[in-house]
Amino acid sequence: MENNTCFHCGDDCGHHPIEFQDKHFCCNGCKTVFEIFNENDLTCYYDLENSPGAVPKEIEGKYDFLIQENIIEKLTEFRDETIEIATLYIPHIHCSSCIWILENLNKLNPNITDSQVNFGKKTVRVTYKHDTTNLKSVVLLLSSIGYEPYISLDDFNSGKKQINRALIYKLGVAGFGFGNIMFLSFPEYFEVNEFWLDQYKFFFRWLMFALSLPIVFYSAQDYFISALKGLRAKILNIDVPIALGITVLFVRSTIEISLNIGSGFFDSLAGLIFFLLTGKFFQQKTYEFLSFERDYKSYFPIAVTKIDKEGHEDTIQVYDIEKGDRILIRNEELIPIDGILINGKAKIDYSFVTGESQTVTKQSGDKLFAGGKQTNGVIEMEALKSVEQSYLTQLWSNDVFNKNKEEGFTNITNTISKYFTISILTISLIATVFWLFVDSSKAMNVFTAVLIIACPCAIALSAPFTFGNMLRIFGKQKFYVKNASVIEKLAQINTVIFDKTGTITSNKQSNAEYDGELLSEAENLVLKNSLRGSNHPLSRTLYSILKENNIITLDAFEEHIGKGIEVKHDALNMKIGSSSFVGNPNKSAILNTTVHVSTNNVYKGKFTFYNSYRKGVSKLFNKLKKHYDLVILSGDNEGERENLTKLLPAKTKLIFNQKPEDKLDFIKYHQTEGAKVLMIGDGLNDAGALAQSDVGIALSEDVNVFSPACDAILDASKFKQLFSFISASKSAIKIIKWSFVLSFFYNTIGLYFAITGQLEPVVAAILMPLSSISIVIFTTIATNILGKRLE
Amino acid sequence: MSVIYILLSISILVAIIFFIAFIVAVRSGQFDDSYTPSVRMLFEDELVKEKPKTTNKTNKTN
Repeated sequence: MENNTCFHCGDDCGHHPIEFQDKHFCCNGCKTVFEIFNENDLTCYYDLENSPGAVPKEIEGKYDFLIQENIIEKLTEFRDETIEIATLYIPHIHCSSCIWILENLNKLNPNITDSQVNFGKKTVRVTYKHDTTNLKSVVLLLSSIGYEPYISLDDFNSGKKQINRALIYKLGVAGFGFGNIMFLSFPEYFEVNEFWLDQYKFFFRWLMFALSLPIVFYSAQDYFISALKGLRAKILNIDVPIALGITVLFVRSTIEISLNIGSGFFDSLAGLIFFLLTGKFFQQKTYEFLSFERDYKSYFPIAVTKIDKEGHEDTIQVYDIEKGDRILIRNEELIPIDGILINGKAKIDYSFVTGESQTVTKQSGDKLFAGGKQTNGVIEMEALKSVEQSYLTQLWSNDVFNKNKEEGFTNITNTISKYFTISILTISLIATVFWLFVDSSKAMNVFTAVLIIACPCAIALSAPFTFGNMLRIFGKQKFYVKNASVIEKLAQINTVIFDKTGTITSNKQSNAEYDGELLSEAENLVLKNSLRGSNHPLSRTLYSILKENNIITLDAFEEHIGKGIEVKHDALNMKIGSSSFVGNPNKSAILNTTVHVSTNNVYKGKFTFYNSYRKGVSKLFNKLKKHYDLVILSGDNEGERENLTKLLPAKTKLIFNQKPEDKLDFIKYHQTEGAKVLMIGDGLNDAGALAQSDVGIALSEDVNVFSPACDAILDASKFKQLFSFISASKSAIKIIKWSFVLSFFYNTIGLYFAITGQLEPVVAAILMPLSSISIVIFTTIATNILGKRLE
Repeated sequence: MSVIYILLSISILVAIIFFIAFIVAVRSGQFDDSYTPSVRMLFEDELVKEKPKTTNKTNKTN
């Protein structure tokens, strides 16, 4: 094992690891967690996986709100006199060690009677005695061992969730009936006119009838409902011919067995519904650990600390904040409302909102916007608005967020089913009329046979299996798509719109360029060493960019918050910081972030920071430009325009200074002009645009932590593959079209039997599963080949 | 009464029992999480190994 990595969390320990029991730790937090586990005989945690832990965070006072009755009420799913049960979301759950330690919580706190992990959802369901312990101490315990739960305003509103298992029940009923009916119908296929069989065939047939009842009236009910809805809206969707086929199958079979004409088509009927439901089930690929429906509520805290006039601290619910309230924001806490900074040094990280990770320093009297995260100690602020009226949260009152994107979208199957239904009805009518003249006794038989055999089982299965498999393939490539129709819409895109900050730029590194008088070697040395001592994010960035230098001891070092640093070494007196601080003689209106340098009060020059773009951005744009209109929609100023025009293909439109609403309106306008828009963004300020666009993809550095409501989540490391994902979606549509051709081929064979009046139950029983299964095989193989090419 | 009725009703009955077992399993949430139980199953040994140790520990702390 590498000696210099932390035994608990696996991070680099640096030059001075903390040693404890011959083990290295990167920080005291990790050591403390190890001590807790060691004392309670839980070191098995480290045997299951190497360094599975997380550094526990400073949480003092953060969870004080968890003792309030009304908040506990909302967060627990069950409570009585002695016991409470709460399900907590813990993003850090990632390995078997996590499961093990979390399911052994009772060893750390004997009042916890049971804890159960759901690995897929990253939740732990804790049962504890609330007379001897409480929710707050459970949460504190979890945080102290590095498993801090994520509690947001969303948990407060949602209440108890119900899982919808209807489809599994329906599939179970259909499968049960299908299997039994198959067994019961086999004898008649193989032993025609056998004595005993003749004797008992009525019993067999009525048993099949009984078994088919729950299938038709329970399992298949969605098809009837959907077909009726479609007809009422004057749309011939795919469920119309399916419902028609099911009805005809059931009615004709019942008549046949009542009048003792034949054995009926109960096996085909049950098989049809079973296959259709399997397709539906397969299409439902869900990523339990992701949420595509998040809004600001998932990021906002439930409660904040309010300071009343006498200076008492009090936790209040976020919704109860009124204009004029004084609020305390601790380190690492999110600002839930717009307000004015009163006390303290604010260093706000707005990366939730804009994707820009550079912190912004604010001074007393400055305006603070909701959504920022304080990163530098405690601040006090005064609320200017209530939560719903804040600049950021107002965006959610826009109509787009209440609209269902699925509405008004005709998927590929329904597009074809219109023509399909009409032609089937025409064929059946022509055949019936023909037989009425030739042999009228067969007319009714032919009419129903056509409707039965033409039941578009294979067509209805093509899309679900293709898209279902594509969803899985994309998921493996870290492109998490919400549902099947998103893939279909992705294939129709003709305009691609990107957000800038955090989307095409990477928020991990930036570049800096020096502009001005050349610095001497001694000056460089001092500069580098003074940056080393500063904690300002710009200093840290600049420090990592500059070349390696010797370490020297500075004679004097002073940091002026919000202005810069002043250092002394030998005869050098250097000032590093803002333009006015170093005394820059020529004030210019430069929009980029800059750090200025002066030596002995002589202005030297400035470092200008440029965004660093993600690898492969230029290549991706060049691939995209042949097929799509490209737009960059940025909330930032025009400082980067020059860089972007150099980097991106000439026809890319660059639009700056866009507010969240402007982005939304821009997309809306282009949609009215016929554009099919793919929006790629990352921050909450893109949420409106993502919702308005035809397909909204959220780019995320860490898929577990953050992404606004969207149609798909793309892992940032896969950004350069975006074009391949779009082309794969297009190929998926092609696969579906080919499988339509395949199923038409089967339908033609079936129609031959039907029109000539020779449709025996056994023919239907072979043809229907055969066509369905071959479609499933074809689409699965084709999509897998597609997936191989993606890798 | 022919034996076929008895045999058939037995076979249907067995199928129904399995069907009910399936419904009960779905209802109790067995299909909601398909991953964690597969990992949890492997912990059982370690828990047994640890039990005597734990009791020692509680004695010490008391």
